[in-house]
Amino acid sequence: MIEWFMWLQLAVATLAGLLCIALGLAGRKPSDLTMGATALVELLLIVQLVVAIVAPLTGNTATGSLLEFYTYLISAILVPVAAAAWALIERSRWSTVILGVAGLGVAVMVYRMWQIWTVQGL
Amino acid sequence: MTAEQSNAAGTPAESARSTPVTGIGRVLIAVYGLLALAATGRSFVQIASKFAEAPLSYSLSALAAVVYIVATVALIRSGGRWRRVAWITIGFEFAGVLVVGTLSLVDPALFPHDSVWSLYGRGYLFIPLVLPVLGMWWLSRSGKVRE
Repeated sequence: MIEWFMWLQLAVATLAGLLCIALGLAGRKPSDLTMGATALVELLLIVQLVVAIVAPLTGNTATGSLLEFYTYLISAILVPVAAAAWALIERSRWSTVILGVAGLGVAVMVYRMWQIWTVQGL
Repeated sequence: MTAEQSNAAGTPAESARSTPVTGIGRVLIAVYGLLALAATGRSFVQIASKFAEAPLSYSLSALAAVVYIVATVALIRSGGRWRRVAWITIGFEFAGVLVVGTLSLVDPALFPHDSVWSLYGRGYLFIPLVLPVLGMWWLSRSGKVRE
């Protein structure tokens, strides 16, 4: 993993999560803004997948379990997709809140991936 | 009542009433789904890479993961028999987090390896402790609405 890219992902996922939860609680249905924010989180995760595959070739290898890392990464990739599918099926304010929950969930998972990649013994 | 319902079919009020899951219950289900995913992922890793180290802890993790999945499905379906399934699985989770959480505090040697429920689910931001309470509250509330 690349450190600045991890922080970027963490920031985007957290902001997207808070934004969607706030707009959802304010009664907004899923919009281009909230769906776009979720799509951005997903896009960054796909880039992260490429980074995770390429990085070891440049000497940037994971210190922790790769199996655990990829389980987190694949799970994280599924989360925004599931939330967005929900938002497309049911256009209510709660779907916007769920987009937000997905964003925050991804933020936690990205941080866990970073721990697995770099810090052992936690 | 049935005549009224068929007359009102298609109106927003009717579709809201006939949807099994309403309002904030949906968010609850989404969080349940997320926890089910987390528990499943973790127990997959534990069992695939180091099952022999702690068969009891890791079997418990797998069981917890299955129960979370069933609870998620039961909350989505949420009618008739599924309601009872939801009560049973959520009650099981609550008992699990209380028993395993307490045991892991009183006698850490019993659970040397992490499970979802160790230390009342601290590794998961205490979500495993809070979620069953919210789940039961929501089940009882939606039950009253139904009556």
